[in-house]
Amino acid sequence: MLLSFLAITAIAVVRLRDLFAVVMLFGIFSLLSAAIFVTLDAVDVAFTEAAVGAGISTVLMLATLTLTTRTESPPRHGTLLPLLVVCVTGGALVYGTLDMPRFGDPQAPIHQHVAPRYLQDSPAEIGLPNVVTSVLASYRGYDTLGEVTVIFTAGTGVLMLLGAIRRRTARRDDTGKGGSAMNHNLVLRVVAKILIPFVLLFALYVQFHGDFGPGGGFQAGVIFAAAFILYTLIFGLDAARAVASPGVLRVLSALGVLIFAGVGLAGIFAGGDFLGYGVLASHPVAGQHLGILLIELGVGTTVAAVMITIFYLFSGRTR
Amino acid sequence: MATVLGLYNYWIAIFLMMTGFYVVIAHGNLVKKIVGLNIFQVAVFILYISMGKVRGGSAPILAEGVTSYSNPLPHVLILTAIVVGVATTALGLALVIRINEAYGTVEEDDIHSQDEPE
Amino acid sequence: MAMIVDALSWVFLLTGSFLGVSGGIGILRFPDFFTRLHAAGVTDTLCAALILLGLMMQTGWGLVAVKLFFIILFLSFTSPVAAHALARAALHGGLKPQLHKAEDDPSKS
Repeated sequence: MLLSFLAITAIAVVRLRDLFAVVMLFGIFSLLSAAIFVTLDAVDVAFTEAAVGAGISTVLMLATLTLTTRTESPPRHGTLLPLLVVCVTGGALVYGTLDMPRFGDPQAPIHQHVAPRYLQDSPAEIGLPNVVTSVLASYRGYDTLGEVTVIFTAGTGVLMLLGAIRRRTARRDDTGKGGSAMNHNLVLRVVAKILIPFVLLFALYVQFHGDFGPGGGFQAGVIFAAAFILYTLIFGLDAARAVASPGVLRVLSALGVLIFAGVGLAGIFAGGDFLGYGVLASHPVAGQHLGILLIELGVGTTVAAVMITIFYLFSGRTR
Repeated sequence: MATVLGLYNYWIAIFLMMTGFYVVIAHGNLVKKIVGLNIFQVAVFILYISMGKVRGGSAPILAEGVTSYSNPLPHVLILTAIVVGVATTALGLALVIRINEAYGTVEEDDIHSQDEPE
Repeated sequence: MAMIVDALSWVFLLTGSFLGVSGGIGILRFPDFFTRLHAAGVTDTLCAALILLGLMMQTGWGLVAVKLFFIILFLSFTSPVAAHALARAALHGGLKPQLHKAEDDPSKS
């Protein structure tokens, strides 16, 4: 049933021309898919999708909409050719699924080879209850290093594209984000001041609890950034820049990647492999715990710093 | 009938993928294309995660008394994919903002017609 | 005692669901933005809180109940503020509440 809601939302996105409504529907789509992930037992993925898709992506799209037009022009080409391409591709994919294992089948090939080994050996080798974290941070740590680098690169790319300060407008406005700062609104200010510390605390909780339940570096970084984005929305860009200055954020985003790679290199210097944490402490399992803790910290730092930087750049452009 | 029930999750995911794909190729507005791209990505995630589910299993967090777990490997891959997706979206939206400043519009046809006479 | 808690939790869950359904009908049928906002606000706050209370009673004492209680607290902070922000934004954008019935005054929107 959730899947039919998703399908309806997707069709509505296709048909609507008001882009504001399209972005809102995309937020709903994201949240519904997070609910589907929970029913499919993917709790870490649901957490990340809800935070990232319904949070950061929607906010960035709304910021883009304030800079560009709000409605879409009517299509000028015919829609028959794209429809045909889409139907042919869809038909080919459906034909491809006819040989696939049935939904939920425990004997499917993907459950036979590597996954049981991870599930069985993870308690002995790493000792963390959350198998997803142990696979992400230790067994497949190299991929995660690449992922953190991708986030860092995206932040650098957005910095290059949007980072130049436009000197046409006056630099010192009396209100923060032009006239759209909401700091004259008492209710929002008070509630934001009460909530933001708890959001930050929750981000720290998610960061360190990722070993035992859903969570980990990415989700924590995104929630941490969300607290700062809330502060920026209510109190204005200048106030937020005074709290978390862009220079510090740039250093932090690079620092996270360096911590990650540094832990990997420390493994080499201590006599093991790159990203082999077992040699970092006296006991291999303790070494794994230490290594995972450090690299999750690096991941969380980079993600939070890059997300906040990107939001600053997007909202700085609306002046 | 059992075939349909067993494969239904893949077909819904493929339908969503094709919807996102259609938005990308048929609509001219750049922002809407990026939304369609994101829908495409989420549909791919649903496809992968539904492949990893084991009937009767639970979330892959080791706990006492649980015998069967869902496969953690697709979860790891999709976690990475979600974050890379948001990085791509942010970069794409930044490009759209710059295109808007350079051409004054985000409709693909207008941008082409501005480029062609040159 | 367990029976009373169970029955009470069912009452909460059913009331919450009824409020959710009526809120949904209200969003569809109310004539004006601000009245629809009221329906949505009721759904957000009261329906969610009642359903969560019912769930808390179903699980009994434990960590899950504490987490659910925190969710209720957080929701009771944020959903009224969200409705308030929406109403302020609408007023700021120039949307006026419809104060007369549409049949009486066809010149007003």
